[in-house]
Amino acid sequence: MAILQSNFRRLIAARAAGLAGFLALAACLAYGQDVNSCLDCHSAQPGRLEVTQEKFSQDIHSQKGLTCTSCHGGDASSYDPDQAMSKKAGWKGKIDRKQIPQLCGSCHSNPAYMRSFNPSLRTDQLDQYHTSMHGKRLAAGDDKVAVCTDCHSVHDLRPPSDPRSTVNPVNVAQTCSRCHSDAAYMKQYGIPTDQFAKYNTSVHHDAMVVRGDLSAPTCTTCHGNHGAAPPGVDKVQNVCANCHAFQAQMYGKSTHFKAFQDKGLPGCVVCHSNHGIHMPSDAMLGTGPGGVCMRCHAPGDHCDRARAEILGNLTQLDGAIKNADQSLRLAESAGMEVSEARLAQDQAVDSLTKARVTIHSFQAALVNQDVQTGMKIASANLKAGQDAMVERNHRRIGLGICFIAIAMMLVGLWLYIKKLES
Amino acid sequence: MLASLVRWLDERLDLEGLIAPFKHKTVPTHRFSYWYFFGGVTLFLFIIQVLTGILLLLYYRPGANEAYESVQYIMTRVQFGWLIRSIHAWAANLMIFTAFVHMFSVLFLKAYRKPRELTWVSGMLLLFLVMGFGFSGYLLPWNTLAFFATKVGTEMAGQVPIVGKAMMIFLRGGPEVTGATLTRFFGFHVAVLPGLVTVLIAMHLFFVQRQGMSVPPKIEEEWIENPSARREMKFFPNFMLRELMAWYVAMGVLGALAAFFPWNLSTKADPFVSAPAGIKPEWYFLFMFQTLKLIPSKVWFVDGEVLGILGCSLAGLLWLLLPFFDNDKAGRGKAWITGLSIFALVYVVGMSVYGYLAK
Repeated sequence: MAILQSNFRRLIAARAAGLAGFLALAACLAYGQDVNSCLDCHSAQPGRLEVTQEKFSQDIHSQKGLTCTSCHGGDASSYDPDQAMSKKAGWKGKIDRKQIPQLCGSCHSNPAYMRSFNPSLRTDQLDQYHTSMHGKRLAAGDDKVAVCTDCHSVHDLRPPSDPRSTVNPVNVAQTCSRCHSDAAYMKQYGIPTDQFAKYNTSVHHDAMVVRGDLSAPTCTTCHGNHGAAPPGVDKVQNVCANCHAFQAQMYGKSTHFKAFQDKGLPGCVVCHSNHGIHMPSDAMLGTGPGGVCMRCHAPGDHCDRARAEILGNLTQLDGAIKNADQSLRLAESAGMEVSEARLAQDQAVDSLTKARVTIHSFQAALVNQDVQTGMKIASANLKAGQDAMVERNHRRIGLGICFIAIAMMLVGLWLYIKKLES
Repeated sequence: MLASLVRWLDERLDLEGLIAPFKHKTVPTHRFSYWYFFGGVTLFLFIIQVLTGILLLLYYRPGANEAYESVQYIMTRVQFGWLIRSIHAWAANLMIFTAFVHMFSVLFLKAYRKPRELTWVSGMLLLFLVMGFGFSGYLLPWNTLAFFATKVGTEMAGQVPIVGKAMMIFLRGGPEVTGATLTRFFGFHVAVLPGLVTVLIAMHLFFVQRQGMSVPPKIEEEWIENPSARREMKFFPNFMLRELMAWYVAMGVLGALAAFFPWNLSTKADPFVSAPAGIKPEWYFLFMFQTLKLIPSKVWFVDGEVLGILGCSLAGLLWLLLPFFDNDKAGRGKAWITGLSIFALVYVVGMSVYGYLAK
């Protein structure tokens, strides 16, 4: 009995020691872990006040070590609401919309501070914003205009390179449209709200979304991002020229440049429109529904004759390239080797493209130079395809002659064998 | 004139004595005799390959920057270059086809049995080497399909346990398929393989000449029952002239294929683009490729691809040694080997067709 009692005491002592050890280990593990009372409470808050740990962990600021108090102040280590959200602890509460750019700028306009996170990040966003239409109106007291968090989102803010970011190139148009396509919201500003609908039909949208070309233009490419403003009449051609340099050079030297300037017409937009720019075609030079020249010019005048000449030349080259292409395809389907001519076909297409660019000079003679270069190449390619088919016919005739020779040999051999064995 | 030249040579080289054994040599004549021609046709196509290969060598330049352009030059600028290259490419395919037909005809006619085991072994080695010719030659134009087919093919070799990695690097001349692989394959194609094949062909023909043509067991039995039914023809000139007719027919087929379906050059290989969708090897590797595709990625704890490659290698080895498993005392050949042969033929044809049609 005494032995049993002794063993029982040992067992109790061992359990107590184990429990103490476990508690010490738990305390050690807990030591040093960040306490964030903000997220603990706000995870359970309804609606807009809800910010979960999962959501905030996606935010680039959270990933870089910033916490709720970095923007909102307060004491996140306290679970006492009065202490955590006390003015004494620097708590700012919900940031007033008008203060948001300034708050973000307190870090993002500090080059020394930002360099520690990403040396390549710009730090002029706030200055740019002040020059933007959004910034100007905000300064004038209009708090409906966009501030940083409207475009970049908040509490789950991702870098623009992240495809899920609201400011990733693919998502920018959608982000802008949240306000700019809302007719009721935009009513007081008196500007159109169909830009996004038009952009969705444009060649630029097609390049960006369908072809996945992230360098294709979206809203911010032409209007700027932090310094967003509508491009003025004289700026439009400068905006387009950022990508379409050759067209802009041609246009800058043309008679249209000065004429449009004098009349206050917005350059490129006059013929190509702005948000809903469609793939240009030769039909724009025509007199049909897609034609743009005759909107201003009168039938039969000097410009109309030049238009007709340019269109005729382009149509001729386009037809010659198609004919050469058909001829080469026929030769290829016959198994003929025409890869050199096929390669030269690209040069003919390049000439056509160059001629279409040269249209922006509005000089028929200049366009005709490019057309003639292309015509020469297309004619040579057409001939290469035709020659290949003639060569194919020669091969077949040669094969026929060989077959006759082989058949004669076979008959001769057979007769010789028969004679030998008879 | 010709007769006096022959007489002049005969006085010095004893031509009569040289061809005397061939004059006495006979070939059994029966209802399966036409299968004998396929070995000769394969040899004829090999000769065509050597001749057209030498002509192509005059213009071909191995190297990632020149190979494609030199083949393009041969096809477009060199007089009859298109014909030489097309015949070389078509003859390669026909040679592999006739080699397979020859192998299966030997199998079904039981011509591999004692004492012709070494003829079979040398023939099988020749078949493997001919497939090696196809694999190495396919890369030489340095076009897109060839580049990726070689990449896949050498990757498979790299799956072999223990030696695979080293073998792949040896074949590629580095960890990737590059210009170094091309020059290496060129070396195999124009020096190593022709040397080996020439020696093996000499051995194979020597065995055939020493042992004569095999008579199928069924025909042999018929002739024993009815000795008057036994038929033979002289090898020279009777069989030789018939073989010559077969060679002429092969020449006609080759010419027609080259004229109607000139061998395509496709686009130049670009290592930086992704492989074309649904890429497949040449038809003679298709049955193995499809087999590997059908094996699950993991079979128990073994990697499926490794299992497939080891399985194919083992099957090839056993096939090479097949005559040594057929020790039927009655000389008819074991029935299970006939069954296996039928299965192999159906499997190779079936898997090739399946591989061709599969997406």
